[in-house]
Amino acid sequence: MTRAQRRRAFNGVFVVLCSIATLIALSALVMILWTLLSKGLGGIDGMIFTHDQPAPGSPGGLRNAIVGSLIMCALGMAIALVIGILAGTWLAEYGAGTKYGHVVRFFNDVLISAPSILIGLFVYELLVAPFHGFSGYAGGVALAFLATPIVVRTTEDILTLQPGALREAGMALGASRAFVIRKIIWKSARTGLLTAGLLGFARISGETAPLLFTSLGNQFYNAKLSQPMASLPTTIFQFALSAYDDWQRLAWVGALLIAVAVLFINIVGRVLAREKSHA
Amino acid sequence: MLKMFVVGVGALAIATTAAAADISGAGATFPAPVYAKWAEAYKAQTGVGLNYQAIGSGGGIKQIKAKTVDFGASDKPLKPDELAAAGLYQFPTVVGGVVPVMNLPGIAPGQIKLTGAVLGDIFLGKITRWNAPEIAALNKGVNLPATPITVVHRSDGSGTSFLFTSYLAMKNSEWASKVGASDSVQWPTGLGGKGNDGVAAFVKQTAGSIGYVEYAYAKQNHSTFASMQNKAGKFVQPTAAAFGAAAGSAPWLRSPGNYILLLDQPSAAAWPITGATFILMYRNQENPTAGAEVLKFFEWGYNKGDGLAASLDYVPLPATVKGLLKKQWAHSITAGGKPVYVAK
Amino acid sequence: MGAETLSLPRRPLYESSMDTELASPRGAPPGHALGEIIFRYACAGAATFLLAALAGVVVSLFIGGLPAFRAFGFGFLTSTTWNPVNEVYGAAGPIVGTLITSFLSLLVALPLALGVSVFLVEFCPVKLSRPIAIAVELLAGIPSIVYGMWGLFVLAPWFAAHVQMPIAMDFAPDSLIGKIFSGTPNGANIFTASLILAIMILPYMAAVFRELFLTVPPQVREAAYGLGCTPFEVIRAVVIPYVRRGMIGVIMLGLGRALGETMAVTFIIGNSHGFPHSLFDSGSTIASTVANEFAEATSDMHTSALIALGFLLFVITFIVLAVARLLLREAKV
Repeated sequence: MTRAQRRRAFNGVFVVLCSIATLIALSALVMILWTLLSKGLGGIDGMIFTHDQPAPGSPGGLRNAIVGSLIMCALGMAIALVIGILAGTWLAEYGAGTKYGHVVRFFNDVLISAPSILIGLFVYELLVAPFHGFSGYAGGVALAFLATPIVVRTTEDILTLQPGALREAGMALGASRAFVIRKIIWKSARTGLLTAGLLGFARISGETAPLLFTSLGNQFYNAKLSQPMASLPTTIFQFALSAYDDWQRLAWVGALLIAVAVLFINIVGRVLAREKSHA
Repeated sequence: MLKMFVVGVGALAIATTAAAADISGAGATFPAPVYAKWAEAYKAQTGVGLNYQAIGSGGGIKQIKAKTVDFGASDKPLKPDELAAAGLYQFPTVVGGVVPVMNLPGIAPGQIKLTGAVLGDIFLGKITRWNAPEIAALNKGVNLPATPITVVHRSDGSGTSFLFTSYLAMKNSEWASKVGASDSVQWPTGLGGKGNDGVAAFVKQTAGSIGYVEYAYAKQNHSTFASMQNKAGKFVQPTAAAFGAAAGSAPWLRSPGNYILLLDQPSAAAWPITGATFILMYRNQENPTAGAEVLKFFEWGYNKGDGLAASLDYVPLPATVKGLLKKQWAHSITAGGKPVYVAK
Repeated sequence: MGAETLSLPRRPLYESSMDTELASPRGAPPGHALGEIIFRYACAGAATFLLAALAGVVVSLFIGGLPAFRAFGFGFLTSTTWNPVNEVYGAAGPIVGTLITSFLSLLVALPLALGVSVFLVEFCPVKLSRPIAIAVELLAGIPSIVYGMWGLFVLAPWFAAHVQMPIAMDFAPDSLIGKIFSGTPNGANIFTASLILAIMILPYMAAVFRELFLTVPPQVREAAYGLGCTPFEVIRAVVIPYVRRGMIGVIMLGLGRALGETMAVTFIIGNSHGFPHSLFDSGSTIASTVANEFAEATSDMHTSALIALGFLLFVITFIVLAVARLLLREAKV
């Protein structure tokens, strides 16, 4: 075989392998989605969004859990995006190459692997025990703890890979560094930052353990952050492991809702950022 | 985009059109469905919301000690000295049972008879096949297969495990010395499933396996359960009547601090692995109104909640016991020396 | 292939001039100086806050776990006894389970994630690439409890029937294969838990890999193609070196996720505290043990042992990441 033929052969094998990998990933998705859909779709009815969670045997929906999840995820993502993007920017721009930067980056990676239940415990000690009450604030903060390291890591990786030419161009025009970062680098890294946010949101949207000891959960509708709040993951957890068919059905509906919400936000986010297609 | 987030969060935080729960409790998973059912009906009747969350008996005990909830709930009763040390009072609410379930094709529910000692040996790993002589001796005439026994237990700590292991410790001395009784033990053999659901799933998937679940799970899944020999020597099947018989024949009046395990009770119809679930409250209430609301709720549960509890496969306490407990509240839960609430 | 000249310099070129901007005789543009300072300190403050938060978590875990460390000493790390009745605890089982499942899952997920992202960037028809990308990210959005339940109700029985039983039938228990793959054939073991973990971390890694690949300037890739490289060679020699640092970050992300994942693992790992004897044996991880037992742990020593486990997980993560960084630094030279 000539050298050219060998190179082409390697390439051919490579293409096949990559396609197989994609097929495996997609089939895993299809299998799991199939389980979700087959068990969850049947349970969707008009009451899901208008009624609060029921006791077993009574009719009801998931309204309180949905609202609670939205509120606490929003709070968590707000905190995570602010701290995460700023910290990631610092790591990529001001702190790049410094020893302190190394330390922060390293510890951020360690924080990514923190088991969510331990984060929940820490926030419990911080925000629940001293105030003698569970609250949505504690839940939101716990979620922020989980999302922030992912946002930081991804932001730093994306910003570091922005071309130096962009920064030089901004500087040449007389802009201050902050201006360059905010108006030029962040803008050009828009889709990457969006991915960072989406990954963070995907992580916290399905988390149960940190919410158990912080927001506790609530059988009734509650939109006040200072009181215990229901959330989809905790409700799913409670209902899925119960003995009652109607509760299990609601659990699958809840799981389906979370997956659909993540998908929806994904699509909307990408459309908003008007991602350039790659040739 | 950031601004949108902040504004959105602020708006949602301000949106407070609906009422939050007025009292909060947390603890055992076992009674969570019945408390939820009672709370739903109670709110419809009185407008007072009781938010109960199942975070585990240990969680319930921790949280009432940390005063983050108005009451705690535990499947495992605290001993009188523990109660005194923490300044707590406990009372039971409903009764349920733990049922051994197995996967033996061709065997009908209740057909297999077991004793506590044999069950203990199975879970110790000493009896390894279904056609072992110890099991055959109890089940003459039943065609037992030679399948190996796979033990399934709980991987998470649980009041169900506490009841089950306490029963095994009572009936099997080797179990008592080797393993002991607790909501989480070092199981000598077997697989750990998460929750009653996990145990039920493993049992369903593995031929020849045996596990233990709460009665509601055995009933809803139509599992093959075993008949157990009770203290009177009779082999009984797990039914609401059998749990009620156990609760009825238990020595409530002679139990200080209401510390009572309903295991192995004397009645001929009693199911030997029965247990009650308990509520924990402070003897001295710092917030008398909240304390009164909690007691009012459970009074309602005692007086009007029996039907709802039974519909979910829970067994209400005997009427005499309920009367006794309501009287206890008047002098056990006080604020500034006066009872917080006098129940009818 | 000269990719080094195209990679980003470690320090921004303009750093020195920016720092002396305020000292220049022309002075800073109006309004910018204060904004510059505020922004810079906001960023640094966020980074420090992150560090402080982590320090807080680790310190509180250490304090919580101290009674257990004091009671059991170094034996805590080597003993497999986990007995809540006698209050004797040893972390060896969960530690080993955590390490095995995390590395195994990374081993499975990394090539898959690379394959998926390369496919999406290089070979996929343009119209299909966005839907497939969104589909892969959808995997990330599925709640971890659903993974756990899917694993328990779907993967475990399938695995038991189609993989474990055939192996048990075909290979003698004493042979090498028999020993590596021994275990109760019900699909709840370390290997299946690793598979579930791999599926969980795959979408994170694939999504960020794809973003990284998309930052490679088209001119660079076109130059390589212009020289006659096959796509495989472009990826191997141009794209991957360009984004190597970011890739390492992604691997850290995936590994970190795998180390701490709770719900998905706990349903399917079988939860026995001893040393796993084979790949198909049940085991436990630190995260699953803490999740299983924390809610019910009443005694102080039990709670303390669980918190000590959590602290150990941080230490393990620390060590693993530090070792990875060291290896990387050597590889670059």
